[in-house]
Amino acid sequence: MRMSKIVRFSADMLFGAILIFGLYVIMHGHLTPGGGFQGGAVVATGVALVIVAYSYEEVLGMIKKSILMLQESAGLVMFAGVALIALGLGTTFFFNYLANSGSLFGIPVPFGPNPGELNTGGVLPLMNIAVGIEVWGGLAIVILYMLSGIAHAEEA
Amino acid sequence: MRKILSLIAIILFGVFLSLIAIDLTFGVPENSRMDDYFIQNGQEQAATNNIVTSVVFDYRGFDTLGESTVLFTAVIGVALMYRKLTRGDADENE
Repeated sequence: MRMSKIVRFSADMLFGAILIFGLYVIMHGHLTPGGGFQGGAVVATGVALVIVAYSYEEVLGMIKKSILMLQESAGLVMFAGVALIALGLGTTFFFNYLANSGSLFGIPVPFGPNPGELNTGGVLPLMNIAVGIEVWGGLAIVILYMLSGIAHAEEA
Repeated sequence: MRKILSLIAIILFGVFLSLIAIDLTFGVPENSRMDDYFIQNGQEQAATNNIVTSVVFDYRGFDTLGESTVLFTAVIGVALMYRKLTRGDADENE
């Protein structure tokens, strides 16, 4: 059962803003409050908004369960993979090998209060992105599966 | 009678918790070696301003790996539950 045109239009308008805000929270997890879990939950809220506004058949046309499942698995594999690369470099598991290296996310940070630089943090932004992808896919697919249960209960 | 007994039990439990809470020292922990270490070395070692993120994803990375695995397992459980519910339906768009 789809909602009225006003609700659907509002959901369309808000989805982009929610998506951008969630991705901002994920991307700036090493500078501002927030991170992968929180940002992923924000993006999943946007997906939930679309699911609420449209009917089950329309949602299935827009969002594929297989893609969300792949997204969730890829996030967890990426998280463990980023941590496992440290073993290949001869250090310990979860060692921050990109910090202070000068390459990607490798700019050193001075001690004390400073304005903050996005290109810092070593592996922390990568892990934030991985966890964000996982939470996004995971929470969205939970909502989608529960909706499928309701849809089939209404048919029966 | 039962209500009075429950009320007495609740009051006793509240007094018990209050007695414990009086002895707590909020904001002034006696042993702060770990906090001082993170504050002194966190920005240099993890190369980021957010000490909380550096603790969650760097110093205590194993904990976050466990959290991610718990979430993954929970989602797998939900998917399994509803997959069985919708079994035998040819129109299911997986």
